[in-house]
Amino acid sequence: MNTPSLFISGGLNLPPPEIKICFCSLFFYFFSFCCYRAMKILVAVKRVVDYAVKIRVKPDKTGVDTQNVKMSMNPFCEIALEEALRIREAGFAKEVVAVSIGPSQCVDTLRTGLAMGADRGIHVETNSSFLPLTIAKILKSLAEVENPGLIFLGKQAIDDDCNQTGQMVAALLGWPQATFASKVVLDKDKHVATVDREVDGGLETLCVELPAVITTDLRLNQPRYASLPNIMKAKSKPIKKMTVQDLKVDVKSDIEILEVTEPPKRKSGVMVSSVDELIDKLRNEAHVF
Amino acid sequence: MMMMMMMMMQRLRRSEEFIRFGCKSLINLRPNKNSVSRSVSGFVNHYDTKGRLFESKNGNHYNTELHHRCLGRNLGMLQQYKCFGSSSASQIERNPLFSSLDSKDVSYFKEILGDKNVVEDEERLETANTDWMKKYKGSSKLMLLPKNTEEVSQILKYCDSRCLAVVPQGGNTGLVGGSVPVFDEVIINVGLMNKVLAFDEVSGVLVCEAGCILENLATFLDTKGFIMPLDLGAKGSCHIGGNVSTNAGGLRLIRYGSLHGTVLGLEAVTANGNVLDMLGTLRKDNTGYDLKHLFIGSEGSLGIVTKVSILTQPKLSSVNLAFIACKDYLSCQKILVEAKRNLGEILSAFEFLDNNSMDLVLNHLDGVRNPVSSTENFYILIETTGSDETNDREKLEAFLLKSLEKGLVSDGVIAQDINQASSFWRIREGITEALQKAGAVYKYDLSLPVEEIYNIVNDLRGRLGDLANVMGYGHLGDGNLHLNISAADYNDKLIGLIEPYVYEWTSKHRGSISAEHGLGVMKANEIFYSKSPETVAIMASIKKLLDPKGILNPYKVLPHTLFSH
Repeated sequence: MNTPSLFISGGLNLPPPEIKICFCSLFFYFFSFCCYRAMKILVAVKRVVDYAVKIRVKPDKTGVDTQNVKMSMNPFCEIALEEALRIREAGFAKEVVAVSIGPSQCVDTLRTGLAMGADRGIHVETNSSFLPLTIAKILKSLAEVENPGLIFLGKQAIDDDCNQTGQMVAALLGWPQATFASKVVLDKDKHVATVDREVDGGLETLCVELPAVITTDLRLNQPRYASLPNIMKAKSKPIKKMTVQDLKVDVKSDIEILEVTEPPKRKSGVMVSSVDELIDKLRNEAHVF
Repeated sequence: MMMMMMMMMQRLRRSEEFIRFGCKSLINLRPNKNSVSRSVSGFVNHYDTKGRLFESKNGNHYNTELHHRCLGRNLGMLQQYKCFGSSSASQIERNPLFSSLDSKDVSYFKEILGDKNVVEDEERLETANTDWMKKYKGSSKLMLLPKNTEEVSQILKYCDSRCLAVVPQGGNTGLVGGSVPVFDEVIINVGLMNKVLAFDEVSGVLVCEAGCILENLATFLDTKGFIMPLDLGAKGSCHIGGNVSTNAGGLRLIRYGSLHGTVLGLEAVTANGNVLDMLGTLRKDNTGYDLKHLFIGSEGSLGIVTKVSILTQPKLSSVNLAFIACKDYLSCQKILVEAKRNLGEILSAFEFLDNNSMDLVLNHLDGVRNPVSSTENFYILIETTGSDETNDREKLEAFLLKSLEKGLVSDGVIAQDINQASSFWRIREGITEALQKAGAVYKYDLSLPVEEIYNIVNDLRGRLGDLANVMGYGHLGDGNLHLNISAADYNDKLIGLIEPYVYEWTSKHRGSISAEHGLGVMKANEIFYSKSPETVAIMASIKKLLDPKGILNPYKVLPHTLFSH
């Protein structure tokens, strides 16, 4: 449960001091769940190989080579974090918590998140690389501890392109989900979020009751840069370390990755120097006519 | 003929004057303003203007009768004017000692190169004759595409014997008109010589032909875990041969040094077809005079570079980029000093741009936004490259936070991934492109003591007032300012105010009038602002030694008066 000090009564007529403590505890239970001002947003961010890097497969085909390669926050997670920050700045939420699951270097990614403006970070440390279902179970446990009003995730990670974690978290928690969000509008009074989703046929607008899970798509926003003053402030923001055991999650996976290979190389095109040569090739090599 | 000789005499006597004030007359020969606005880039089609040239005589030094005759005689090879007459286009006349191309020459070339690689097609020649800035246009009738050094040697041997002038051409991205013909010189384009010959993964020495595009080399090296020691905005089109011939600088000079240091050897063909094999791959070789340095930066006037051997650097994994804003130029200088001291061995680029440049980029390019939320007077890009990600990050952050506390930096951002880094670089590298879109641009590339760099920008602003937009940006870490004046269209009054003021100012502070762009045809006559006459005289003797008939890239690099014919 949130510590009482986080509770803001804002806008209410407080009763006289003597009865205040008694009422406070009542209000606390009521409003810490419902009041927007105390709403927390949990954002899951993943440390992946940088989008612009040319990746190579490891010689033993067990995966992609991540040694000496630039790693950074998954672009969709950046967008998710940016959206959470904007919601907080609009006054709909009190706190944005960034969480990352992985090895010790994940702290760098969390620092980036804090430098963008998140209030605190949670690092679930593990050296195994987990598949979406395990991640979803971990996030579910965290959600039960932190009680956020919204969970934001990127729609997919650019290293595995799974596009599963957000959906699984929602299912495990029994919360509504709005995926591929390209616009999110919160309604303070009705306690819902109206989300435009990018689907194959165009845009679909959903209304989800909070708490909910939202996964973000490319056109939702343009993430802010980490400015120097924010980087300075980020140094004093806390990052809590947790382990999988703390959250009591069963990490056994039902899936085993057998092999990772590169796609077959594209054959390069041939420059022809004249129309006659082109016709010759079309006729005799490509057998087009 | 007599007229011609009299003109020559006059010119020789008044050569000094020409160097300084020669172009005013030219400017008046330009067609009226309306036609120039058709081609904002400054290129003027000579054929259209033939009629009007006779009309304008104001302040004209020339004898218009002579003009009539010249124009009437050679319609195909009109006298070359710099389209908006910046600086020294003291009227260049075609050297009459050069032969004209005839069908026998063309068939000889076809014999050596094959029909495909001898280009007479007008459309292709049109592009080859025009430079990137569309400032200079030649009227060459022939472009040759040799495939190997042997063919280059045969071509040059023949041209030397026939006294045919040639222009070596690579990516044609030069900014001083050095890569296009002035008149009807034969273009020798090395674009087909684009093979990588050898790469040693232990020492990092790359041997390749001169026609390799810089970006392709960088991609090739990337797969091996190495990088080229130079990087510039034109990398998608420029050739390594051209880079070497112009001693290109670029963004990484502050870290890896100039091509004089990183080129270990080259192979060049001199004017008479002799192949000079100086293609060493050794880091150290003190045997005799190091002739390759003559060719590096000679802009194709001493020989055609056909192969290059260059030392490449291992690709380091941790690259960080910060974009910071400062209130005044003094802070920029202090940051430079502090950066060199605190970031030391990991500093790999230090660029600056002023507010006017930033505004220009934001207005003319799509998809760019100011990384810093506030508008400041100066912006600096600091890049670090190292092998330890966390270490470098901390170093850079610590340095920037300290500068923030000291008040040197008013705001800044650090790129969190490669995409953000590219968007920061887009701003700095996009200024040239934005300038082209903004209208007429007068471009100067000066080396000055760091303290003085911005003084010239301020002085020029005061001098030009509302007439034009003066922008200063460049490689602050190397003391190199790219001074650009942007106006709606080309303007005689403006050029008169800018030149020779800029050159004189630079000369007074013992700066260089061409830090990295070279002299080409734009500044050939201006060399005296930065080099003493004795030095230039020796340069002329070296040119005479290696190219007695002067067929390689004539009318460029060295002052025309030295080669009066």
